[in-house]
Amino acid sequence: MSLIWIKDLRVSFDGVQVLHGINLQVGKGESIGLVGESGCGKSVTWLAALGLLPQRAQISGSVTLEGRELVNASRGELEQVRGGRIAMIFQDPSSSLNPVQRVGKQLDESLRLHRGLSGATARAEAIRLLDLVGIPSAKTRIDLYPHEFSGGQCQRIMIAMALAGEPDLLIADEPTTALDATIQAQILDLLATIRHETGMAMVFISHDLGAVSAVCDRAAVMYAGRVVEQNHIGELFDNPRHPYTVGLFEAIPELQGPRRRLQPINGTVPNPRHLPRGCAFSPRCAHASDFCRSAQPALLQQPDGGQVACFHPVRDPRRTFSPASAELAA
Amino acid sequence: MLRHILSRLVRSFLTLMLVMTFAFLVLRLSGDPALILLGPDAPQDAINAFRERWGLNDPIWKQYLAYLVQLLTLEFGVSMRDQVPALDLVLSRIPATLAITLPALLLKVGLGIPAGVYAALHRQSIADRGVITLSILGFTVPSFVLGLLLVLVFAVQLGWLPSGGQEGVEHALLPILTLSVGGIGIMARFARSAMIEVLGQPYIRTAMAKGLSWRSVVWKHALPNAAVPIVTLLGFMIGSLIAGAAVVESIFSWPGVGRLIVTAVANRDLAVVQALLLVIASSMIVANFLVDLAYGLLDPRLRSRRAAH
Ligand SMILES: Nc1ncnc2c1ncn2[C@@H]1O[C@H](COP(=O)(O)OP(=O)(O)O)[C@@H](O)[C@H]1O
Ligand SMILES: [Mg+2]
Repeated sequence: MSLIWIKDLRVSFDGVQVLHGINLQVGKGESIGLVGESGCGKSVTWLAALGLLPQRAQISGSVTLEGRELVNASRGELEQVRGGRIAMIFQDPSSSLNPVQRVGKQLDESLRLHRGLSGATARAEAIRLLDLVGIPSAKTRIDLYPHEFSGGQCQRIMIAMALAGEPDLLIADEPTTALDATIQAQILDLLATIRHETGMAMVFISHDLGAVSAVCDRAAVMYAGRVVEQNHIGELFDNPRHPYTVGLFEAIPELQGPRRRLQPINGTVPNPRHLPRGCAFSPRCAHASDFCRSAQPALLQQPDGGQVACFHPVRDPRRTFSPASAELAA
Repeated sequence: MLRHILSRLVRSFLTLMLVMTFAFLVLRLSGDPALILLGPDAPQDAINAFRERWGLNDPIWKQYLAYLVQLLTLEFGVSMRDQVPALDLVLSRIPATLAITLPALLLKVGLGIPAGVYAALHRQSIADRGVITLSILGFTVPSFVLGLLLVLVFAVQLGWLPSGGQEGVEHALLPILTLSVGGIGIMARFARSAMIEVLGQPYIRTAMAKGLSWRSVVWKHALPNAAVPIVTLLGFMIGSLIAGAAVVESIFSWPGVGRLIVTAVANRDLAVVQALLLVIASSMIVANFLVDLAYGLLDPRLRSRRAAH
């Protein structure tokens, strides 16, 4: 049975729909990536699942945690789930910690809430957690304030705070986007290690497929409020089917191998207020036909175990798309 | 921290000297103080006597030195009208002023902040709209209009409260009310926007994502952060505790510092005017100093920035 099961999740703000029926499952201990350009609805999906969206957000569909419904659950029920069953860390670590409270106090709060620890026991556990996430001399630095740590260290503290509740699932919403490349790699390492040691499940949200491949078993690609492709990470890399996924791969800078020009996808994510008719990706898609511009492709099960929502899936993307292979052929 | 306080004290003193020098320059250089204070129609011998008495015939540097000595010894001379030392006169008026400005400040804080915070927590609700409307009304109606209105209703029409004088608590009620209404409105607006700003910050979402109850999120995370900007406004209000009631004191013939300002200027009482300036400037500088200390207590980022200097 899956740990968390999102069924037909729809969200609108002031009548503008931004999620159009998301279906996702995360199994126990599984690590899935959620990829897509900014504004595709990755954050909203999980904020909605945890009831963290502002009141004016209208949510329908279902999110169940081991069978327990979270959509429209009571405040009390959600508070139990948040931090205790599902923890979430965010993109901007420095402003995600309370600037006027010592980090030890902020950790203590979670330990008290979810593990019933207090006083010296809580403090010892907080120090252990800070050690675990790689904060040097945690014992002395536990009483510092967030601004006395670097961005990367703040993200480590956020991770420690998430671990404090011993959650079954960690949602990491672009945890490395605001950090520079070396720190980014360290945080990815840390997440992979922690997952390995604790066996908790993880949803890793990113617009960077490279980062996703480093920590995830499986990935879902989102575009304009829909999941457009989903597969095991290896399959997705070897055989991306949706032109949007292919486009995302083209945009990854390669560290090894010959340098090639990056091929960003033309155009931008559509405004949810003015979605194109048919497939929302069609205006940016080289494969689009008239049919794509009038009908909405459903997310269909594929023989390789993946799912794709496209009328003209890419068959051999390396040949049709990659400028590198085009040069080779010339 | 201690070093910071010391340097702030020194700076406060220098600021005070600067303000007083500025007052000196304005009083002496923007025209003949004798003419300004006595008026253009004053007879020549009165002007000469005035000049003689205040040393206005001396060179300007000599006048300034004399003025500095006055400031540092707190000897401003005797009030021309009341024949008591000017500073004593000013100081003797302070309790009466505080008797209405302090309760008014308590009302501003005690009603304004909760109203603003409540409105921010219930945005777009009827209560929020009510707070916004009332606060706009509160600070757009000028205090002399409000004061007269209150006198009209409560003293003249209903006869519940006296319209002036200073015998008991009932005399203070209308002045306090007049003084506080605008401030409550301003404080409510300010607290509301400070709180809304804070509630939109990422760390509030973090606190929610931790599983804290909404109550704890508000009390432990939102309010301590919103306190920083609110203290700024509080500082202004503390700064005007002594001099900010001139209009209201005049309306209600309340014998405080504010009315002394009006009468001292009207009576051309230079010694009293200078003593008033010193007291008012000092009270504002003290308020500033307190705000600065409070900032340090409330915001650790400021503390470290200060420690780095
Ligand atoms: N609180 C909000 N109010 C209104 N619109 C929002 C809000 N949060 C997100 N949106 C909109 O929902 C869409 C998806 O946003 P988001 O989930 O944050 O994207 P991302 O994939 O970058 O995480 C965007 O168009 C965004 O403008
Ligand atoms: Mg996002």
